[in-house]
Amino acid sequence: MPAVQETVDQVRRIDVDQYKYGFETLIESDKAPKGLNDDTIRFISAKKNEPQWMLDWRLDAYRRWQTMREPTWARVHYPKIDYQDLYYYAAPKKKDGPKSLDEIDPEILETYRKLGIPLREQETLLGVQRPANEDGEDGEGATSGNGAERRVAVDAVFDSVSVATTFKEELAKAGVLFMPISEALQEHPELVKQYLGTVVPVTDNFFATLNSAVFSDGSFVYVPPGVRCPMELSTYFRINERNTGQFERTLIIADKGSYVSYLEGCTAPSRDENQLHAAVVELIALDDAEIKYSTIQNWYPGDKDGKGGIYNFVTKRGDCRGPRSKISWTQLETGSAITWKYPSCILRGDDSRGEFYSIAISNGHQQVDSGTKMLHLGKNTISRIISKGIAAGKSQNTYRGLVSAHRKAKGARNFTNCDSLLIGDKCGAHTVPYIEAKNASAVIEHEATTSKISEEMLFYCMQRGLSEEEAVALVVNGFVKDVLQTLPMEFAVEAQKLISVSLEGSVG
Amino acid sequence: MALLEIKNLHVSVDGKKILNGLNLTVEKGQVAAIMGPNGSGKSTLAHVLAGKDDYEITEGSVLFEGEDLLSLSPDERAAKGVFLAFQYPLEIPGVATMMFLRTALNAQRKKRGQEELSAPDFNRRVFDAAAKLGIERDMLRRGVNVGFSGGEKKRNEVLQMALLEPKLAVLDETDSGLDIDALKIVSDGVNRLRSPERSFVVITHYQRLLDYIVPDVVHVLSKGRIVRTGGKELALELEAKGYAQYQEEMA
Repeated sequence: MPAVQETVDQVRRIDVDQYKYGFETLIESDKAPKGLNDDTIRFISAKKNEPQWMLDWRLDAYRRWQTMREPTWARVHYPKIDYQDLYYYAAPKKKDGPKSLDEIDPEILETYRKLGIPLREQETLLGVQRPANEDGEDGEGATSGNGAERRVAVDAVFDSVSVATTFKEELAKAGVLFMPISEALQEHPELVKQYLGTVVPVTDNFFATLNSAVFSDGSFVYVPPGVRCPMELSTYFRINERNTGQFERTLIIADKGSYVSYLEGCTAPSRDENQLHAAVVELIALDDAEIKYSTIQNWYPGDKDGKGGIYNFVTKRGDCRGPRSKISWTQLETGSAITWKYPSCILRGDDSRGEFYSIAISNGHQQVDSGTKMLHLGKNTISRIISKGIAAGKSQNTYRGLVSAHRKAKGARNFTNCDSLLIGDKCGAHTVPYIEAKNASAVIEHEATTSKISEEMLFYCMQRGLSEEEAVALVVNGFVKDVLQTLPMEFAVEAQKLISVSLEGSVG
Repeated sequence: MALLEIKNLHVSVDGKKILNGLNLTVEKGQVAAIMGPNGSGKSTLAHVLAGKDDYEITEGSVLFEGEDLLSLSPDERAAKGVFLAFQYPLEIPGVATMMFLRTALNAQRKKRGQEELSAPDFNRRVFDAAAKLGIERDMLRRGVNVGFSGGEKKRNEVLQMALLEPKLAVLDETDSGLDIDALKIVSDGVNRLRSPERSFVVITHYQRLLDYIVPDVVHVLSKGRIVRTGGKELALELEAKGYAQYQEEMA
């Protein structure tokens, strides 16, 4: 199978324990003073030229955050974070926001090129610089395949700010708004005000509240009624600055009868110290709308001794607000030293549907505590959870999930399948399902398995000619197949490669 | 030069001696049967030849085409042409048989510095070989050995053998768990692969299999060494008299 072969080749090309995306980009940046207080928040808000109500909202969040305690219930252990020893805002130095890709610091473009994110290539399609019929001449990077080119609109977030958003014009033609949230606050404040914080309230949890106070940028998407978004939307997050927290905020609204598929990818340089990432993502699906949200999370996981790496404390929640709406989360989690993340669905509308497909891989000293919440509020709501956890090295991998059917959720149905795979004997896999049914007509099914890649299985594959690493990659790819298939095509291959890379050094 | 030359092989598992100065030579193109009672070291021999861990080789040598086999990893041995048909083939969920075959074949070809096979060429080879073994295409799309019956698993082993074209095929109790129809299909499959370029080591407890795969030579293994060697008629003698005499001889 070529994909497996490719993955192994890719693994070979990079050194053991060397995180491929671990380079640092030297650019001048504009930072807020270290530490967190009212002034930091005013600084961020002023930088973004925000309306007064936004600043008030942030300050309110900050006041509430000061009364909250960091949660300790997850199965993760880390030294105490000193929140006053962080920078809360860092932006590549620039007079104004870039008007076109030409104005973006070439160093940043180079970074995105190394990451394989085709900003340049998209430029031709932006229509900024060339007449419509003069295409394909650009050569470098242009993946002009057989006519039907797969196109993905990208919003690139570097440290605290969005540096480029591609395809804006074409999306605008369809009526789709896709822009940094800071820009949406200028151009469509009424939409932001109407929806921000309605899924993840300001006081939701310690990290979400912190995010509400200091979020700097992120993506904003609005798909108008009846519109099927003409392409995949994608955001790439990169933390570059030292000692900088990244607090992005994403808000996606699919109006009645619309559809959008959105993908986020994340990387960071390799550093000795830990970096904090506390994002909030809110999805809102109105009547008959559908949102498909995919994540390929590849933050720096720390070195082989567990030094450094990203602390990833993320709150992601979708609200199926209208009847027959649907929200689907797919995630591939391979990075971060610590992952604390539970993408959830509130199934408010009758006949609405929530899905959660997850592959969480931990290696080295990584700690993952991840899962989902499916809250059934409306009648005949359906949810489906497929989780595949793979633990290797000395890592700990926990699935934590809640399925809850409320009193009015007549005919609610859930199916959960949680499989864990262990590689080696120094890692751990844990499954913690919570189930609450408050009405008798709810049907909730839970299946779980834990298995180990056995020596016998590896020997069988090796006897047929596969090296040990090829054998592990093959077995793991088989294990996660159901979930990989739910990723958008464009990213499935990338995902498959990433799986092999993250399992590098897991055997032997 | 013999294809396989085992000299004075001593092997222990967890401190317990299993092979005890085993000598065995297999000529090119030869079908050698190894018969012996339970616990005589038959499966250990098969696993040691294929390079499985957990076996401590304390003494002796194994030469394959004159080269030291014991210093090679299992996948390197596979690429050199050593194939083991497992007594209990493993299941690999989510990995389609077709994909497994292709990954294995291309991995071996790559190690030998050969080009990968093109998809149409590969498909043709698999479908041809599968048809001869009565393996349905639907089975090739299913996960490797997942939900296969005992007979299907053994046929799948022979399919892999046919595709990988080894120089030495070791069959570890391939007859175990097979009814007479399945035994016949599997044996026919093996017989089709017999050639002057390919040798077989057929490990079995019962003579029954050797009615279908007729050996050139029969070796009797008892307490970790070959105690007698003869023609195919030796198998019949064993069937009639049992292994008791060899176990006593050793005692």
